[in-house]
Amino acid sequence: MMLPRWRWWFLAALFLAVVVAAIYLPILRRNIKQAAKLQQRSEEQARRELTQPTVINPSDPKVKAKLFWASGADDGTVSAVIVELPLASDPVLRSKQVLNTLLAGPVDTELRTLPPDAALLAFYLLPDGTAIADFSEALATSIPSGIESEQMAVDSITKTLEANVPQVRRLKILIHGQEAETLAGHLDLSQAFVVNSNAPIGPRAATSVSPVPVNKAQQLTPAATAVKLAASPDKPAEKP
Amino acid sequence: MLLDVGRFVHNIAHWKFWLPLLGLTVCPVALRMAASQVPQQSSASPAGQQPPASPAAVPPPGAATPAPLEQIATTPPRAGLNIVVLDPAHGGTDLGARGTGGIHESDIVLEFAAQVRTALESQGFQVVQTRQGNANPSFDDRSAMANAQRGSIFVTLHIASTGTPGTARVYVMNDLAPGADATGLIPWDRAQAPFVSLSRKLGDQIQGLLAQKFKGSPAVAQTASVRQLRTTAAPAIAVEISSVTVEDRAQLDHMAPGIADAIARGAAAFRPAYVVPANPGERP
Repeated sequence: MMLPRWRWWFLAALFLAVVVAAIYLPILRRNIKQAAKLQQRSEEQARRELTQPTVINPSDPKVKAKLFWASGADDGTVSAVIVELPLASDPVLRSKQVLNTLLAGPVDTELRTLPPDAALLAFYLLPDGTAIADFSEALATSIPSGIESEQMAVDSITKTLEANVPQVRRLKILIHGQEAETLAGHLDLSQAFVVNSNAPIGPRAATSVSPVPVNKAQQLTPAATAVKLAASPDKPAEKP
Repeated sequence: MLLDVGRFVHNIAHWKFWLPLLGLTVCPVALRMAASQVPQQSSASPAGQQPPASPAAVPPPGAATPAPLEQIATTPPRAGLNIVVLDPAHGGTDLGARGTGGIHESDIVLEFAAQVRTALESQGFQVVQTRQGNANPSFDDRSAMANAQRGSIFVTLHIASTGTPGTARVYVMNDLAPGADATGLIPWDRAQAPFVSLSRKLGDQIQGLLAQKFKGSPAVAQTASVRQLRTTAAPAIAVEISSVTVEDRAQLDHMAPGIADAIARGAAAFRPAYVVPANPGERP
């Protein structure tokens, strides 16, 4: 039985449409994904610019800082990446600089250990070498839940501080100014983490590496207060 | 009359006559035997919140004759590891890690716990579970269940949202500085401190078996500051399975028997290494 000519044409057009759709749709999907990723990245950049004041001072001497992100071996370990940064000598400012760079993330975003929307709200250093880092709530809410991922986040913070700020002995992490029992349901935040057990303790330790004059803005921060307390000559240095 | 006698004889010869008679004879005997076995079964049942049963009360598999009731009651409890406190993490409103396919950590760990429990009971352990349903006891409540036991180990089960799918890791607590020892009691917030080395032995034992079953898993246990472990005064480990990101839930379900077997065999192999303190609350 012969089909009428118009039916042949219709079927051919239909077939052509299917072929064109099969080629075009994956390309369209890829383009949409790329556009969404670009938009997300620009939003993330804008948020970071708003929440994280730039503390990098270009006049500071450039040093090779060791920043710890995921090793990429998918085994829960972090590894050091050398980044040349202008870092202050003041331990509080220096800690803020390295932690903000850590939060900004590595070039390969797959190796990120901290959520992109997390921010460092404040950083304090007590005379006994205990540092207090106050992070935004996103650190707890946006991190993938699990022992491995939470331990990697804390490891990246403590190892980065250990490698770049020798004055920090211990680190206590706060979430939005509050003590938290866990980071995201697993890792214990109620205790301080050991950073550098050999760090010197006492006012001499905190002041000896602060030759950079503290500007007005820093004097108003709690971090600057902590350093000021450490510098008090009345308090004798504790023995480690 | 003769006809009636014939019918009577015919009825006696028929099976329909003998069967009820046989039943009436056998039933009392069977009931008496069942009644004599009831105490023995209840002593062997692994009820979660019951006091620790003496392993001596559990008849060995294939035992020909059950021990008399008097003998069971007077057998002293075996001094050693015989209890496993099994903790399916999260629960209630705390769903834990969440996968894209609607998988919740709190649900899966509960199902894993059922299989782990069966495997542990087959090794002769009594299992105490920190939660049976969708409850969410606090970290301290869960630790308290282990701390109240004598001669127990603690295993908390987790599903990660990261890591290579199909792998499993065992975590033990980092070294903790021991607290003040003036009273001789173990401080609650550092209860794990005296048990860290034992926890590591147990963790390595189980991790070794997991590595054999699940390729890509580490060979030895890792350390992490797991909140749940810190307040537990017993050899304690966290087992984390990867991951909730699997596309098909069945991939995780297939892991459950292997995980259960590794935990049960690892715990059994750890038994001789753990000399249980004479009194609850004492250091090992």
